[in-house]
Amino acid sequence: MSTDKAKTFFDKVWRDHVISKLDEESDLLQIDRLVLHELSGSQALRALEEAGRTPISRNQVFTVIEHLISTQPGRGPCDSVSTSGPVMIQTTRDASKKYGLHFIDYDDPRQGIAHVVAPELGIAFPGATLVCCDSHTSTIGGVGALAWGIGASEAEHVLATQTLAQTKPKTMRVNFEGTLKPGVYAKDMILALIGTIGAQGGIGYATEYAGSAVRDLPIDGRLTLCNMSIEFSCKYGFVAPDEKTFEYLKDAEFSPKGDAWKKAIDYWRTLRTDDAAVFDKEITIDCNTLEPQVTWGISPQQVGSIGAAVPSPGQAADKEANALGERALTYMKLHADEPIRGTPIDVAYIGSCTNARLTDLRAAAQILKGRKVKAGIQAICVPGSSPVKRAAEAEGIDKIFKDAGFEWHESACGFCGHIGDNRFADLRVISTTNRNFESRQGPKTRTHLASPATVAASAIMGCIADARELS
Amino acid sequence: MEALQRVTGVAAPFMRINIDTDQIIPALFLGGTDAKGYGAHLFHGWRFLANGSPNPEFILNQSPFNRSQILLADRNFGCGSSRERAPKALREFGFRAVIAPSFGGIFFNNCYRNGIVPVELPIEQIKELVSEVEASSGQEQITVDLEELSVSTGSGKRFSFTAPPALREMLLQGLDEISLTLSKSESIERFRTTDRANRPWAYSI
Repeated sequence: MSTDKAKTFFDKVWRDHVISKLDEESDLLQIDRLVLHELSGSQALRALEEAGRTPISRNQVFTVIEHLISTQPGRGPCDSVSTSGPVMIQTTRDASKKYGLHFIDYDDPRQGIAHVVAPELGIAFPGATLVCCDSHTSTIGGVGALAWGIGASEAEHVLATQTLAQTKPKTMRVNFEGTLKPGVYAKDMILALIGTIGAQGGIGYATEYAGSAVRDLPIDGRLTLCNMSIEFSCKYGFVAPDEKTFEYLKDAEFSPKGDAWKKAIDYWRTLRTDDAAVFDKEITIDCNTLEPQVTWGISPQQVGSIGAAVPSPGQAADKEANALGERALTYMKLHADEPIRGTPIDVAYIGSCTNARLTDLRAAAQILKGRKVKAGIQAICVPGSSPVKRAAEAEGIDKIFKDAGFEWHESACGFCGHIGDNRFADLRVISTTNRNFESRQGPKTRTHLASPATVAASAIMGCIADARELS
Repeated sequence: MEALQRVTGVAAPFMRINIDTDQIIPALFLGGTDAKGYGAHLFHGWRFLANGSPNPEFILNQSPFNRSQILLADRNFGCGSSRERAPKALREFGFRAVIAPSFGGIFFNNCYRNGIVPVELPIEQIKELVSEVEASSGQEQITVDLEELSVSTGSGKRFSFTAPPALREMLLQGLDEISLTLSKSESIERFRTTDRANRPWAYSI
């Protein structure tokens, strides 16, 4: 682990995992953790079995039931709104038990969305290579892991070899400088970045989030920040580990203990980006003036401040970009130059790997306390993990949500993607999730992405609202 | 794994930015653990009307584009979800190549493992290809040659592209990537022995 020149966090972690060079651009990497869920993990497990192979390092593989399992209170072991959910859940369950993988079932007290659970339980750790068949795996970069989404064939390869061939990306650093104003959150930071850099801005890069505003964020917020890296097509996003990270992971179920812990943090401290390290690209976002953000279109890059108007499509760089803007307005049933604030909504949704951790639920509860969701609005909360749900209940947060008129569900991926429940069909949803793609949350569903505080305030007002007016 | 050296065929211009994998195949149709059965749902939301009949305005429902083997697209094709059913659906429809200025990174890797070559060309060159295709109502066929790393048309246009060498070799020969890696077991085990001593927490859980 010697250094001949200044290196970034990414360079150090990558270097320490290279088994062999495959070509001038690609390396065969050691994979420390594979996490699988029943939607795509089931495909990888079945393909592995059909090829007559078995997992080579089962101790480094975790499976979690979270994508298709029902969120309804009192759910059964295979309950799902997806018609193929039961078979995929059972396939994953059977294979996990057969191969002796670490398995977290639907009724396990540790259950939850993989990207919430992995940091919570210490499955992830600083400097780890962690992969999962899910593009939002980058979330886990919030605890200083190098974590990224892969396809089912790549997962099959990891199962069989505990390695993965990857092209080495270029490096980018995003410096979030300054101090967030009250009522502005990590979600607003990442949405503002995507609005600045564009949905394609991260292709071919690994992004380190740095700067005073990132250092000030709790780990929950850093996980939110890293979660949406893939929304600017950046596979890898991370915050280099610091004392806050170590404090968060200490004593977690799978974190090293005793002398091993001391040795681990000594090593993790060496991973920070050297002062003289050079990135291929650097961007700075001023957080002092940052406002709450809300998307108005069908790509996360179509975003603006809560007080801004929907932009006119004619202002984009070229014909195709203008067409994207026009398609967005038609799909979203919005008009250019009209304010986004005040747009009536049908549904308020708090959930997903982006924004359903304890600090998110607390921020929403602060707005909801003593208030009622506007009549006619569907308001739903799906906590990010079962431990988050229990912790929230211990604080009385569930009662605040329910008294306000929110549904309080069991933890799972829930309504972030449309897997069969048509509840949101042709409705306008304000959502703490990560994708506002066409029909992402249901047929013709119009999704606006925002922070938990903005979603809570919008539920109360019945329209897209600025939470700061309610706090 | 399915091999590909070159493909000559009808090319469908579908010049939209940020075509995400949710549009290529919506989550509703990801069902089952099967390796096949996704082509029928390719671009479902755009390809079919609400009553389930084909949308006549959608390019892949029009002749000759209904037998396209090459897709011409705009920036950031295949962004979003990691679902490998996206390239599977494209392949089952008949596609062997997608040409775009840039791709979502997970989708890019998934293509190589499903018999499809993702070809990056500058947008100006793609627009030239689109012009030829449109001027000939789709009759002008395009060739993508992975061996020579070139894209060419019958009229003599020829553009070159690059591909990650290891992935290219794998697709050219239809190699089984897992067997290839397992043949390096010795060096992998050597690495893991040293690494285990340096980072025991990564292994002992």
